[in-house]
Amino acid sequence: MTDLLTPTRGTQVIYRVNPVAKLAAAFLLSACLVVSIDWVSAAVALVLESVLFFFAGVSARTFFIRTLPVWIAAPLTAVTIALYGQTSGQVYFEFLFARVSDGSLELALATLLRVLAIGLPAVVLFLTVDPTDLADGLAQVVKLPSRFVLGALAALRLVGLFLDDWKSLELARRARGVGDTGRIRRLAGQAFALLVLSIRRGSKLATAMEARAFGAPVTRTWARESRFGAREWLLVGLGGLIGVAAIVTSVSMGHWNFIAG
Amino acid sequence: MDELDLTISPGERVLLLGASGAGKSTLLHALAGVLGGDDEGEHHGELLLDGVPPAERRGRAGLVLQDPDSQVILARVGDDVAFGCENLGVPRDEIWARVTEALDAVGLALPLDHPTSRLSGGQKQRLALAGVLAMRPGLLLLDEPTANLDAAGVREVRESVARVLDSTGATLVVVEHRVDVWLPLVDRVVVLAPGGGVLADGPAAEVLAQRGESLAASGVWVPGFPPPRPPRVRAVGAELLATETLAIGRAVTLHSNVESVVTAGTTLAITGENGAGKSTLGLTLAGLLPSRSGAVVACDALADGAGPHPIRWKSRELLTRIGTVFQDPEHQFLASTVRGELEVGPRALRMPASQITDRVDELLQRLRLDHLAAANPFTLSGGEKRRLSVATVLATQPRVLVLDEPTFGQDSRTWTELVALLAGLVDSGSAVVAITHDADFVAALADAELVL
Repeated sequence: MTDLLTPTRGTQVIYRVNPVAKLAAAFLLSACLVVSIDWVSAAVALVLESVLFFFAGVSARTFFIRTLPVWIAAPLTAVTIALYGQTSGQVYFEFLFARVSDGSLELALATLLRVLAIGLPAVVLFLTVDPTDLADGLAQVVKLPSRFVLGALAALRLVGLFLDDWKSLELARRARGVGDTGRIRRLAGQAFALLVLSIRRGSKLATAMEARAFGAPVTRTWARESRFGAREWLLVGLGGLIGVAAIVTSVSMGHWNFIAG
Repeated sequence: MDELDLTISPGERVLLLGASGAGKSTLLHALAGVLGGDDEGEHHGELLLDGVPPAERRGRAGLVLQDPDSQVILARVGDDVAFGCENLGVPRDEIWARVTEALDAVGLALPLDHPTSRLSGGQKQRLALAGVLAMRPGLLLLDEPTANLDAAGVREVRESVARVLDSTGATLVVVEHRVDVWLPLVDRVVVLAPGGGVLADGPAAEVLAQRGESLAASGVWVPGFPPPRPPRVRAVGAELLATETLAIGRAVTLHSNVESVVTAGTTLAITGENGAGKSTLGLTLAGLLPSRSGAVVACDALADGAGPHPIRWKSRELLTRIGTVFQDPEHQFLASTVRGELEVGPRALRMPASQITDRVDELLQRLRLDHLAAANPFTLSGGEKRRLSVATVLATQPRVLVLDEPTFGQDSRTWTELVALLAGLVDSGSAVVAITHDADFVAALADAELVL
């Protein structure tokens, strides 16, 4: 079976931090950073975060591989903003609707740093999250309904089976003589077949869960306690602190650029 | 299922038999209280567990199902076993004591955080058994728990169940069409009648002596009534496929220097443990998976102008050369009716319509699918799906036939039909490659065996 949900394990402290705290920290930081578009606040946040990445529990190689999408998305967004962003100051280059100016370049830089400052910590924090621990946290700390959380967790395990199903479906189409032409139509048919298979697998899993008293009319206990203690508050605090530091620096330097304003 | 009157006393060990469609699984699900409500079907009469409906005594009956993959619920071994206890509201400390005890009982000596995705089929079934045991059920319900396992897996599971019954004294009801697996363990056999009611009920030896022959005829594997083996001509023909320093695998290399030759008029059986790469080799030989290195080479007699490497053939070129029957028939179904399914291959070959009709009619009849011609393939029974998946491949008359576990979980009737059909094909000059761990199948058909 395709290994998708092998438990995430590591020796560093960060692996033992409750995933809910990671979620909260990433959320708090993003909330501070999305209210303004200026390069100072994003740069401050990014510098502070870079220090923390050393404690993130991932090697440099893993870090760059897993955050690659962010590194690609950030410059692409920046280029778009540089070409089409709000014009002000000196205009350097003009072509059709594109106009590169002092203003659009500053906005582009601000956007580049912002995407990195929000994207990198989010990806890094989630690299060390084990889905089971996250579900425990969501149910026990955030108090989301356990039926919903555990159902989603069990369903997530099926994704690995679906990947295997998809590969088999693809090979089977070649074997049946319909693999040469009509790729789009074939993909649609394959997607439908996967849907049918997934509903079957889903209902089998539901029966297996029900057979283990899932949904029994008693108060459920939890074999694994999801703790939210000093370590967790520290991480959330750090997230908030970086956000506040970024805002304070930016406002005091007069660069603060509130979006709604 | 209808008009069923049955009493099972505490501590009894019952083997439940019956032709397919007699309602054995339905009865087990009803006993486990997972049959669903009135919106999912209708019921009348009464079924009581300890004197109350099963749904009111959750955890009193524990059910283990057939498919190992869809019973694993959580990602870590310990968590998976603990799941049932959590749902029953067992206090945390007691849960972990029960988890350790249950894993011991089924003989799974693994760390609690071992990933469940890395377990073999037999281990997964023992894990499911442990998950049920941890709930301390008085009644153990097993629905063909070993049908998808190799011989070693079957042994593992049966021995675990035996140990558990001896130590807990729980009641057992097991459904299985391979009687010999559970015969040493059970003391009572109940045969359900296809229309409803009980056909036979009593001590195992007595019931089998009385009903053995009719049970065997209805598809149950009864010891002493082996299914008939077809006579073979065994005329070895030309070489069709050969390997050249072949290494197989998907993401990683599983085996290198695999040597095998596929010859017309013979059956090659590929055997080996679960996870040894049997299916990968089969799919590589069939021109569906690329090799890791080396090659599968088709001889001129088979290639017929399409080039020496099956993996580079067009999908349409494969049809008349190498046909593949997948382990799960549902993976290869494309049409919304059985007839349409059989027409897919011949249509891709652009055969004239009248010829397609003739060929499809002949196959429908030969594989006893004619009364199902308008049915949706997904709604067929297990045996019917298997017959259809073989028929779809036969429709284009390939010279080489690759089958992945063709007899997996089949009753003895379907088994007999399949073996006779394949023997006929081989003796008329085709080559069959079968991935299998069914020793009876190997004994009946194989001319060569490749153990991975």
